[in-house]
Amino acid sequence: MKIQRHLPGGQSAEPDHAPVKIGQELLHPPVSHHPKGANPLKPSESPTIEPVGAPEEVHPDVALVERARGGDVHAFETLVKQYDRQVFRIAQHITQNREDAQDVVQDAFLKAYEKLDQFQGNSKFYTWLVRIAVNEALMRLRKRRTGKMVSIDEDVQTEEGSVPRDLAEWRPNPEQEYGQSELADILRKTINGLPPGFRVVFVLRDVEGLSTEETANALGLSVPAVKSRLLRARLQLRERLSRYFRKKNNEDGVQ
Amino acid sequence: MTCSEFLAELDDLIDNSVTPTLRADLELHLRECEHCVITLNTTRKTIEIYRQHELYELPTALRERLQAAILAKCKRGC
Ligand SMILES: [Zn+2]
Repeated sequence: MKIQRHLPGGQSAEPDHAPVKIGQELLHPPVSHHPKGANPLKPSESPTIEPVGAPEEVHPDVALVERARGGDVHAFETLVKQYDRQVFRIAQHITQNREDAQDVVQDAFLKAYEKLDQFQGNSKFYTWLVRIAVNEALMRLRKRRTGKMVSIDEDVQTEEGSVPRDLAEWRPNPEQEYGQSELADILRKTINGLPPGFRVVFVLRDVEGLSTEETANALGLSVPAVKSRLLRARLQLRERLSRYFRKKNNEDGVQ
Repeated sequence: MTCSEFLAELDDLIDNSVTPTLRADLELHLRECEHCVITLNTTRKTIEIYRQHELYELPTALRERLQAAILAKCKRGC
């Protein structure tokens, strides 16, 4: 007997033919900053252009930012607890140094706190925070590599990222053949070999799950620049990981 | 479609943001090009592995220390 995979009412999340999707995020409905619904305040009574009304469309962070601006440190504490791990990961990926990453976490949140008034609310708080953190992290990286220019704007010329040369197939689930810490070493070593400008795009987009637009916004790059870096970053990582994961010559498909 | 043309659409294909027409073209290319099949599969796997493995965890004790330091400074008005 055939098992019916679809729930009644067409609730099945994925059509059967859909390819495996990686990095797919829940599709957030676009948040309108200009709600068409009735504004509870009459225009004459709202002299500022602060976003008001339509509370159901406001990201919960916005309310926390509002309260933090008003001096509520607990509201800011909530934001810190919500995002400190992500900021640490991003900082660690950029600086490749644990102490620097810790400093970045502190400095990024303190800077965000100081500059809360400048937060416009037309981007997510998280994206805005990531932008601050990325800048802090790049500053630290530059300090450690004095004389060496470090920028996410530099266009890194590389042969890799064109049509791949190393086209060996991988073993099935090759990552499971390594111990956890050995695998983590391989993954760190591999991603650390990317130029910082590629690394950060891959981390934000594929690891942290930001959209292309959010990544562009957080890095101050154009959308096409993010896209071209992402492709090259993905292909370079793929090529480098092939060393560890490819089928061995005697397994099959000897060419 | 050439391999370079396929590669130019690789990210959109992986992110599932190609039109049905383009998808059909890409699938046609995949049927006749083993190289691009391997590129697609291993690139997907690369992303999956990086998503699934936390490389830089923030230990709880350190995390609490950092939070306390941040909030102490905020309370002093930075
Ligand atoms: Zn091809």
